Amino acid sequence: MKFENEMKIEFDSKSQNEGFARVVVAAFVAQLDPTIEELADIKTSISEAVTNAIIHGYEMYPGKVYIYCKIVDDVIYVEIEDHGKGISNIEEARQPLFTSKPNMERSGMGFTVMEAFMDNVEVESVEGCGTTVMMKKTLLSLRATKEEACNE
Amino acid sequence: MSLTYEIKHRNMIVRLDAEIDHHKAEEIRDRLDQLIAMNSIKVLIFDFSNTVFMDSSGIGVIMGRYKKMKQMGGDVGLINVNSNIQRVLKLSGIYRLVKNYESVQDAIKRLV
Ligand SMILES: Nc1ncnc2c1ncn2[C@@H]1O[C@H](COP(=O)(O)OP(=O)(O)O)[C@@H](O)[C@H]1O
Ligand SMILES: [Mg+2]
Repeated sequence: MKFENEMKIEFDSKSQNEGFARVVVAAFVAQLDPTIEELADIKTSISEAVTNAIIHGYEMYPGKVYIYCKIVDDVIYVEIEDHGKGISNIEEARQPLFTSKPNMERSGMGFTVMEAFMDNVEVESVEGCGTTVMMKKTLLSLRATKEEACNE
Repeated sequence: MSLTYEIKHRNMIVRLDAEIDHHKAEEIRDRLDQLIAMNSIKVLIFDFSNTVFMDSSGIGVIMGRYKKMKQMGGDVGLINVNSNIQRVLKLSGIYRLVKNYESVQDAIKRLV
């Protein structure tokens, strides 16, 4: 039997909500009993994507950030969506150290962090319409526990 | 918990906030630049002992202060960096420029 659980949140593109967003997702994921490291990976990746939506997507005009989160067995799936300005060149944007805002002391490492800490990261974006970042991570801690239980 | 600092001679040890993200980074950067200028700081040591979370915004803060301190003939070091934060820092290649030290004493000995 498959275990499934989903949730959605929507909030204003204010930097105060960066902390709120990662804590909500972490609390949702906590039901899978992740390791401290897995939880840190997920929180950091959420923080990167939400920050991008706020400072890059909605740089000029405020808007809403949408998070959809789904658990299927030991896999956690997260989508972070904004209806902001979009990304004209996704390949370039994903390069380590690439930033369109060097004057703001952005490091250009956001996508690199997401790619390192999640198993899979996909980006969909339409200029003038917005961006969705889709990330997936299998919690190995849970898989290991299950396999142990099966072997007993 | 927010930023606290200690200045000895022209060395400043800054104990950073519990969470360093984009929201906090701007505030931290402004505060640090003010303290560096007011006290003619030569060596800046980032103490992460209170810090439980940092994303890539923190890399920007450290890199920005590193460039600034180097321009003025100073230097920057890190202490008490936990493993999760180290993983973020490693990705950026920042360790080619800024190092972790065992203690405040160790950092000051090597950087001053
Ligand atoms: N949601 C988004 N909307 C528009 N542009 C984005 C979005 N996310 C990322 N980008 C673009 O991709 C670049 C790289 O993002 P990232 O790796 O997080 O680095 P940084 O945020 O430090 O600039 C950004 O500088 C920006 O130009
Ligand atoms: Mg970013």
